[in-house]
Amino acid sequence: MSGPSYFLVYDRNAGPVDLMNKRAVFKSWWLPMAFALPQLLLIFFFFYWPATSVLTWAFSLEPAFGGVGERLFVGWDNFRDVFADTEYWRSVSLSLFFAFSATALSMFIAFVLAICVDRQLKGSGLFRFFYIWPYAIAAPAVGLAFRFIFAPESGLIAVVNTWSPDLWNPAKFGSHAMILVIVCFAWKWIGYNFIFMTAGLQSIPRSLIEASAMDGSGPVRRAFDLQIPLLAPTLFFLLVLNLTESFVGPDTYGIVDLTTEGGPNKSTDVMVYRIVSEAFRGLNYSGAAAQSLVLIALIMLFTFIQFRYVERRVHYK
Amino acid sequence: MKIRAIKFCLAAAAVSVGLGMTPALAEKLKFEFWYGLSGDLGERVQDACKKFNDSQADYEIACTSQNGYPETVQNAIAAYRAKKHPAVVQVFDGGTLDLMLSGAFVPAKKLMEDNGYKIDWTNYFGGIANYYATSKGELYSFPFNSSTAMFYYNVDAFTKAGIEAAPQTWEDVEAAARKLKAAGYSCPLGFSFDTWATVEQFSAIHNQPIATKNNGYDGLDTELVINKTKLVDHLTFFKKMTDEGLFVVKTKQLGMDVVPAFTSETCQMIQSSVADHGTIGKTIKPGTKWDVTMLPIWKGTERQNSLVGGASLWVLNNRPEAEYKGAAAFLNFIAQPDMVEWWSTVTGYIPVTKSGFDAMKANGFYDKPAYKGRDKAIESLTFTPTSANTRGIRLGGFPQIRKEISDAMEGIFFGKLTVQAGLDQAVERGNAILRRFEKTYAGRALN
Repeated sequence: MSGPSYFLVYDRNAGPVDLMNKRAVFKSWWLPMAFALPQLLLIFFFFYWPATSVLTWAFSLEPAFGGVGERLFVGWDNFRDVFADTEYWRSVSLSLFFAFSATALSMFIAFVLAICVDRQLKGSGLFRFFYIWPYAIAAPAVGLAFRFIFAPESGLIAVVNTWSPDLWNPAKFGSHAMILVIVCFAWKWIGYNFIFMTAGLQSIPRSLIEASAMDGSGPVRRAFDLQIPLLAPTLFFLLVLNLTESFVGPDTYGIVDLTTEGGPNKSTDVMVYRIVSEAFRGLNYSGAAAQSLVLIALIMLFTFIQFRYVERRVHYK
Repeated sequence: MKIRAIKFCLAAAAVSVGLGMTPALAEKLKFEFWYGLSGDLGERVQDACKKFNDSQADYEIACTSQNGYPETVQNAIAAYRAKKHPAVVQVFDGGTLDLMLSGAFVPAKKLMEDNGYKIDWTNYFGGIANYYATSKGELYSFPFNSSTAMFYYNVDAFTKAGIEAAPQTWEDVEAAARKLKAAGYSCPLGFSFDTWATVEQFSAIHNQPIATKNNGYDGLDTELVINKTKLVDHLTFFKKMTDEGLFVVKTKQLGMDVVPAFTSETCQMIQSSVADHGTIGKTIKPGTKWDVTMLPIWKGTERQNSLVGGASLWVLNNRPEAEYKGAAAFLNFIAQPDMVEWWSTVTGYIPVTKSGFDAMKANGFYDKPAYKGRDKAIESLTFTPTSANTRGIRLGGFPQIRKEISDAMEGIFFGKLTVQAGLDQAVERGNAILRRFEKTYAGRALN
């Protein structure tokens, strides 16, 4: 088998097993279709169908309560407006910064935690249990909790401002606000990344680790030379998922909405927050539709780049 | 096990269907009302619904909170598009124009005439009715929960700092702030970036326009002008006071909004809605002396009437004809003087009709200590007859424009923007919203 395979599993005794090579072929065409139908229907009703109305809105001017008269076709006007807006480009760069920072932070911390748990340090069983929890909390709840904890005047963190005024003030400084939303997102996603990384690490044959330890390599060396390369497929999968989620995911919206509301003065106005607030607060359905299409295009480009250039360095076997 | 569970579900479904058909409920005609108030005020709306349901046997109103004004509009739009909308919906002041141009409603006057109710439309206070009426004066929606911005101050702190009278002018406020600061109060006046009091009400009572074309009443081709009015000086004053530590920003993001800042006695003066009068009375430490007065004006200006805030009730079209009878009965019910009085008492919202206000004044409502000062809201709203700058604000995408202005205020008070640059930024972005709105509703007449 050449090329990437996502059906790769590790077996502690047998080593990597590629399920792709054990394929079963359906004899009739309707049975597999029947199996796929529920999923296809879901995708149709909750993605393609709404997407068509986004398409029509993006090229027209859609009044909030729907067209009373005929819908006004405006061609590329909505896109032109979007691209001409300097605030939009600021939002794009904020989103990119947010996505890369949040992904890097959450994957790095999750990896460190996973390595520690994998080394069976004292209490690792307990920690393995707790680290997973944050992912189970809904993003708006996380946002709300973080808002209270990190409120510069009345939160738990307010004590740092008594050492030096405005040491921490996300309501005032855009940079602090950005840190707040990044930390909040990373905190939630560490749990998710941790599960995958722990599972991945556990499937690395113990004998390899032991052998390199006997050769005198320390934990850091082993992580770089053994665990990261062997974990590459998992890490790549998490990278794509984290970047996409932080770039367009509902968690990003929920967190920004409950902590900073895009402020101060639009310093955390990431694309997904901007789209939702323009569409539903501003009732600018057409402008928001155009922005969504641009966002979809960006995500496709994003994922393409990742598969084209990053995945080359991932070895599945 | 599974089969038993399914059987149970079926049985439960059958029972619920059976219940739905019991004669007592089937006779009443049901219709829906969606509203945006939540918490304490939301429960008072439920009380109003219950009073209506108990008062007659023909209709049953089902009231559902959508937890927030913008959410109510969004949900109503989604429901309207899916043809599952409620008959009556509460829409906040900022969403008025979106509804007016939607073509999705039955005008208040027509609804009441069609259903045989005689309403004295002149009974509504002009300042209230004009906000929800066409420029010709025809009321489209029913004023329901109306408020205006007021100035709250802590009398105990004033006494301690040696201030005797309630501030009437911003010069008085500055003097009071200095005395309070000298007396050791760290936050003499708290304010947030909410535009309603500091920008909109300020402009109205100082007879300053927000936008051209009479604040948008005369056409969708209106443009914001807030970067050229007295507002520039006013915000410059706020900025100066803030830099001196006399005025302090209090926002939800910082940890405390203005009303909690006042009730916790952190800040001694705030501008806020009269609708908070009840909440403040309930939450401030018992025994604390505080009072409320009209928003201050700058010395040498002639005070004008302030703008109405809050929300009104819209009746959406394309519902079964029978529901409109119920909707009309409900709207008639809540406009009765005794209901107006009850609603105003339990919430702090002002009575929207002159007869309701007179009835409350006559039975000594405003003399009771707990409600003292609430009549000043009416005084503020009716200070002068409404004029071009004080009739209301009729701008498309207004909630988004408000956000642009408060973003600019964040830039001014927290960032490096000057007042002029900040307001220029808000005007530029706000005008873009207005132009897009104008294009979207091109050819639709603004009545």
